[in-house]
Amino acid sequence: MIKIWSMKKNEDAAAKKKPKTSAAQIRVQKDLTELDLPSTMQTHFPDPNDLLNFTLTITPDEGMYKGGAFKFSFAINTNYPHDPPKVKCLQTIYHPNVDLEGNVCLNILREDWKPVLNLNSVMVGLQYLFLEPNADDPLNKEAAIEMSKNRDQFLSNVKSSMNGRNIKGVQYDKVSVS
Amino acid sequence: MATAELTTTQKPDWAGRYFHIDQVLNSGGPRTDPQFAAGDEVKKFLRETSKILVIGAGGLGCEILANLALTGFKDIHVIDMDTIDISNLNRQFLFRPKDVGHSKANVAAEFIMKRVPGVKVTPYFGKIQDKGEDYYMQFHLVICGLDSVEARRWINATLVNMVDESNPDSLKPMIDGGTEGFKGQARVIIPTVTSCYECSLDMLNKPTAFPICTIANTPRLPEHCIEWASVLEWPKVFADKKLDTDDPEHIGWLYKVAAARAAEFKIEGVTWSLTQGVVKNIIPAIASTNAIIAAACCNEAFKIATSSAAYLNNYFMLIGTESVYSYTFEHEKRADCPVCGGEAVDINLKSDTTVEQLIDILIEKQDIQIKKPSLSTSTKQIYFQAPPQLEQATRPNLEKKVSELVPDGGDITVTATTLPFNLSIRITYSS
Repeated sequence: MIKIWSMKKNEDAAAKKKPKTSAAQIRVQKDLTELDLPSTMQTHFPDPNDLLNFTLTITPDEGMYKGGAFKFSFAINTNYPHDPPKVKCLQTIYHPNVDLEGNVCLNILREDWKPVLNLNSVMVGLQYLFLEPNADDPLNKEAAIEMSKNRDQFLSNVKSSMNGRNIKGVQYDKVSVS
Repeated sequence: MATAELTTTQKPDWAGRYFHIDQVLNSGGPRTDPQFAAGDEVKKFLRETSKILVIGAGGLGCEILANLALTGFKDIHVIDMDTIDISNLNRQFLFRPKDVGHSKANVAAEFIMKRVPGVKVTPYFGKIQDKGEDYYMQFHLVICGLDSVEARRWINATLVNMVDESNPDSLKPMIDGGTEGFKGQARVIIPTVTSCYECSLDMLNKPTAFPICTIANTPRLPEHCIEWASVLEWPKVFADKKLDTDDPEHIGWLYKVAAARAAEFKIEGVTWSLTQGVVKNIIPAIASTNAIIAAACCNEAFKIATSSAAYLNNYFMLIGTESVYSYTFEHEKRADCPVCGGEAVDINLKSDTTVEQLIDILIEKQDIQIKKPSLSTSTKQIYFQAPPQLEQATRPNLEKKVSELVPDGGDITVTATTLPFNLSIRITYSS
């Protein structure tokens, strides 16, 4: 058997750490404690001891979704950051890139996720969806068609959906805070 | 206990069994390692002392087990949590149709012992996570033929964490093989000495994922229809039931739904096996790629166990998709690797030092240059600088004594914006 220990002696002490904390946990701690969120975004931990499950509330201060408070759940698994966090919208909202089940179409949550990205990038990406909804990548097709064909109607639909009205048979959650 | 085992397993080796291998072990050459103990000593270690663990008894595992047994390893352990599926039989040659449904580890162990007399294979039918450090500590070497990133990360972190400076036997070389179609890789990881699996995590190709809006609106491929069924329809229809990709009923439901969607969009090619392949992220396995990679891994195991030749340093890749291309290089350790990187410092505190004082000590330490550190143990948060809710929740800890939160000799994980890596501090107390 090779005598690895003899080569080991020449190494510096860098290797003597012995963390029992998992790599995913350390990475989440780093991501969370370095979050640099604007006042329009707030995290909430239902169980402060569980860093892997929390919610994010986005309250856009400009754009057509201004005045709403949008809640998302974040679920991080032990294979983070190889696997992206699972993010869902907790309310039924009228948005071209969010479907009625709360699925979100954001490239970095799926096909463009990379381990170099972090929770901050995902959160900023989510907020961007409310500032610049994208009708080209629709999840709520009707909202997307309305947005590109009839912008005024779309804007008024956004407003009334945020007040908890019913649009074309779909009951939306009241998300407006004012 | 030794006598009972002797009668069943230590059958005499057949004549000439080691003729070829012994050519390598009988004498060194000008370039063999000076530690190489040619002759009886190395043979005795290989055949009587060494204990090797094979993780995975699938495509790579079957090849690895056969190679090890024939090279002269005689105390082999194998772990696999899977049972044999009929689709395995084309390449997992230790299994026969009658074995379908049985444990891969058990069947493989029995087959090898029957085929290669004198070899003892001890199977464990279960997860690697079922076993703790005391189990992994008994082996000299670990070879992995795994198919999941998660399992590799787990065993890698476990072996790195086992390294104890004061106990040379705690260092277990790990040889990791992997294949994907015509491509493969073999690497040698010497925990804490070479780069580890986690160091190279960002080199991994991400599994194919399609934009969710494409799946929802403009499916063009059969895969889009299958993902529509699994990602969007399943959670909608079965809100509380988790999709089990090993349950044929679940796959059957997905197949039915995906096929209906494909018909609607006039897409061809949705089949039961494609459905299973997409949701389980199965990459076509090629028997001969497995054979090449397993052979490379086993030669490294042999060289490490015997010192008869220089072993791989540390990453071999095989690309068979463009002719045959291979490249061997030294993958470097990452200073900020959360498993083997970072820095470790010992800090001695008075037993009445508070968390706030500890933070001040860290900030004042010239050699680490830390600002705004966040602290935790493996089970609880001590103090978090952000986000606001967690800062508030952990703020009361600032006034507490460190000794109330961390036992003597306990570790604290420190992260900070200014630290490109994580820092681990071991706390000891002086009275």
